[in-house]
Amino acid sequence: MTATTVPRKVDKAAPTVISDRSVAENRLGQKLVAPALIMMVLVTAYPMLQALYLSLFRYRLTTPNDKGFIGVDNYVTILTDSLFWKDTLNTVIIMVVTVAIELVIGFAFAMVMHRIIFARGVMRTAILIPYGIITVVSAFAWQFTFSINNGWVNSWFDWVPGISASTNWYGDHWHAMFAIMVSEIWKTTPFMALLLLAGLSQVSEDMLEAAKVDGATASQRLFKVILPNMRAAIMVAVLFRALDAFRIFDNIFIMTRGAQNTESSSFLTYRQAIEQFQLGMGSALSVLLFLTVLLLAWLIVKFFRVDLAQARGEG
Amino acid sequence: MRKSGVGTYVGFLVILVWCLLPVAWIVSLSFKSLAETTTGSPHFLPQDATWDNYKVLLGMTSDKSTSHDFIAALRNSFGISIVATVLAVIIATLAAYAIARLEFKGKRLVLSLALAIAMFPVVSLVGPLFDMWRTFHLFNTWPGLIIPYMTFTLPLAIWTLSAFFREIPWEMEQAAQVDGATSWQAFRKVIVPLAAPGVFTAAILTFFFAWNEFVLAISLTSTTSSRTVPAQMSYFVGPDPFNPPYSQLATASVIVTIPVIVIVLLFQRRIVAGLTSGAVKG
Repeated sequence: MTATTVPRKVDKAAPTVISDRSVAENRLGQKLVAPALIMMVLVTAYPMLQALYLSLFRYRLTTPNDKGFIGVDNYVTILTDSLFWKDTLNTVIIMVVTVAIELVIGFAFAMVMHRIIFARGVMRTAILIPYGIITVVSAFAWQFTFSINNGWVNSWFDWVPGISASTNWYGDHWHAMFAIMVSEIWKTTPFMALLLLAGLSQVSEDMLEAAKVDGATASQRLFKVILPNMRAAIMVAVLFRALDAFRIFDNIFIMTRGAQNTESSSFLTYRQAIEQFQLGMGSALSVLLFLTVLLLAWLIVKFFRVDLAQARGEG
Repeated sequence: MRKSGVGTYVGFLVILVWCLLPVAWIVSLSFKSLAETTTGSPHFLPQDATWDNYKVLLGMTSDKSTSHDFIAALRNSFGISIVATVLAVIIATLAAYAIARLEFKGKRLVLSLALAIAMFPVVSLVGPLFDMWRTFHLFNTWPGLIIPYMTFTLPLAIWTLSAFFREIPWEMEQAAQVDGATSWQAFRKVIVPLAAPGVFTAAILTFFFAWNEFVLAISLTSTTSSRTVPAQMSYFVGPDPFNPPYSQLATASVIVTIPVIVIVLLFQRRIVAGLTSGAVKG
């Protein structure tokens, strides 16, 4: 990054001098990014604007002649419907719980991978398998794991209070949510662990050694030295995973199809737009989902920045 | 400085069990007979292991109805993923080269757009794309999935590749030219070998995305002429929707996981480097 920012500073200092070379460089640069830019705009920005436009219409594919402009009525319908809020709440619960648990387990995994001096290849291979496996496959594997007839959870964990041979994991809301979250956590913890491992290897061993010599306990070293120095890596990991978890769809589609009130925001949007051909209503849901994700990204970035500023103030 | 204490050994075992137990479970389930899982079998291992499910899915029995759909889906998955990967990597390589090496107006725009798309909820495009694809006759075709797949993998590919390209000692290109190489020779003999690992890593990550994708796959397809394996599996419920063919689904799961495991075994070091590039340096 430093190498590329230096010329820009020079340009700013002498804005009148623009050489032929930099004009040519500018033109080549723009030509090279053009295909990528065009693709990204055509396939995401344009349909998003299309969604914004369609969301203002009563438009159902089964009755195309009934299409008509209705202003923000779709948004009013959605925002006053308890189903929308229930699904949003489900999504938020799944996001918060899975990211929190993944952060803890992922950090523990990262610590192990950081310290291990044997079988590093085996470990890396093992950890990449859940990452690489298809989410639908993970969903099936866990659906069968919790199955009342074919699963092993009920027989292996019958000593846990509340679990017996007849526990039906898809029979009520919280059991089903639990099963969905287990699949999500299993599949994505490795990604979290790898990002945290990269952050962990940036923490200087000398600093840890110095803290040890100064008499810091293991937990002091963790909370006062390791974690503060990994804040950037933790932020990236949380941001990516939280936004990813908020889009949860595959696991729910396979494991419950939204039964027992386990529907997520993405699932609701899909169901309206594709299964029920409600393109107007579905588009309004798309817009709301997009805005929610933006808000979420902004909140996470802001939260961590505030945290950073506070830490700096304290230090 | 590092040492492996008892905790590390325990942690190692925990991670192995965590990662491999569900995989072992679907492998075990795939060897159970359909009859065993239909009546219910709470055992982890098959009571009477059989290759029947593999034979049925791969078309080695007289009844070809199941294998026909599954093999078509496999062909779609491979074809769509590979084409999307190749195209995405070519476009991303051009863009990443420009971002890493050149100074031009609009660089910030490309990078922020890429970041925005990386965080984008794919499902919010499903409705409008469904509508547009019907108009353009792209619904239920290979290009109908290839186009969005390559677009959604561009951010990751551009990100990974520009991180790799920044590390390349580009002066070597000039050094080779000073030593008498033509610019083509300098590019081919010096730059390509240095850039290849990065390009390859981006290709693996892109392939994983396309191989895994589900939302678009079920929304933008309607028949086995373009349905990919994840979408096909979600419709593969068998004659009784309340009692899906567990062992056959597990078998399909194992078959589609094999390419993933092969890639992971061969290229684990590169995948880790690709996943974490840019995450730390920002």
